[in-house]
Amino acid sequence: MRTIPKETVVDAVAAMCIEANRYLPADVLGSFARAKEAETLPAAREIFGQLEENAALAAKTGLPLCQDCGLGVFFVEAGEGVRLEGATLREAINEGMVKGYQDGYLRKSTCDPFTRKNVGDNSPAVIHFDLVPGESLKICMMAKGGGSENMSRVMMLAPAQGWKGIRECVIRRVAESGSNPCPPILVGVGIGGNFELAAINSKKALLREVDDVHPDPEVAAMEADLLASINRLGIGPMGLGGATTCLGVKVKVAPCHLASLPLAVNIQCHSARHKEVTL
Amino acid sequence: MAEHHLTTPLSDADVEKLSAGDVVFLSGTIYTGRDAAHKRLVEALDAGQDLPFDVKGAVIYYVGPSPARPGYPIGAAGPTTSYRMDSYAPRLMAEGLKGMIGKGMRAAEVKAAMAARKAVYFGATGGAGALLGLRIKEARVVAYEDLGPEAVRELTVIDFPVLVINDCHGGDLYAVPDLEAALGA
Repeated sequence: MRTIPKETVVDAVAAMCIEANRYLPADVLGSFARAKEAETLPAAREIFGQLEENAALAAKTGLPLCQDCGLGVFFVEAGEGVRLEGATLREAINEGMVKGYQDGYLRKSTCDPFTRKNVGDNSPAVIHFDLVPGESLKICMMAKGGGSENMSRVMMLAPAQGWKGIRECVIRRVAESGSNPCPPILVGVGIGGNFELAAINSKKALLREVDDVHPDPEVAAMEADLLASINRLGIGPMGLGGATTCLGVKVKVAPCHLASLPLAVNIQCHSARHKEVTL
Repeated sequence: MAEHHLTTPLSDADVEKLSAGDVVFLSGTIYTGRDAAHKRLVEALDAGQDLPFDVKGAVIYYVGPSPARPGYPIGAAGPTTSYRMDSYAPRLMAEGLKGMIGKGMRAAEVKAAMAARKAVYFGATGGAGALLGLRIKEARVVAYEDLGPEAVRELTVIDFPVLVINDCHGGDLYAVPDLEAALGA
């Protein structure tokens, strides 16, 4: 059994929240550069230029990349041999997030759903725990903005709809989202599982690198087909037209009920802000 | 596509000369307002009260900025998605609102109100919050301070870069998704 003091988690989470909001991931910057080269429309190239400049300015000034610093979403793989001292893991992660959002001058975006009164400290963090063997603690943080989240959906398809139905639903969802979610987007797709697992998997899939390839060749082929198809929509950066509506499609598959074909589409904005740490 | 330098408040003539795709550099005073502030603005109008700022010729920027760091007037300040203000926007245009800055598509009723009232919808680059925040020279809260990031702020801008998405002549810059091409094969 390994003991980790609460402060270690709090400090690590606070730092992740600030870094995720301030520094564009290298894989995302790389995908901007390649997409900009491939674009022929001046407006599309101009948008990529602005996003690159924005990333440089955020890193230089300490301002967040985007004013919507998102809900703090965490995926945690907690080793069964790890014990936290001083707080529960949930409390420590939430405390770290509150500290990061305060210290980093990040916007606090949680509110009461009815009165719309701002909670004031961005709590509560949205935390998904997985228990895994071992004595390490892996925490992935995603700063998920409201604009892209609002365009996301869970759909319960009939098994007869199959891959053709899945493909059509994903493409239509992106088409209907248009310029709203800050394209070029990333698309996380959860296939199978049940209602909530599909949703969680669609978001978890977005933790992958923008340009990685799924280890299962069949899933990799689905991702490639969806990416190429979505990019034929021609929505383009910020909806102004062009070849890059989507930077990457990430699929996560799970077994499902005989009666169901759950499908979740989680839309992520171009900045794909996330950060990972293993303690 | 033309380039314009405009100073607020905007007139009918300012708006009429703009076409979808034009680049506009805005200077002067603009007001921030998003979901919760719009609800209160329209409730104030319904109650026959004055608005907390002069909406005639005004430009409202749909933004909820991040907190200002020491030495800066405001934090990151890029646009939020505009459709959430669609149910309020025609009412404000009827009171003289001339411009809206945001991102994403507007409802048909909003575009119709823009044509009828001579108003314009500008797009700013979503996710370029640091870049756009640094173009804002001054910021102060003028109403609804309790709303935090959603409070109405008066911003002083010089050459704030926006793009005409919907003009008052029915022009729309956004690409129409080609579903047939995407679904085929």
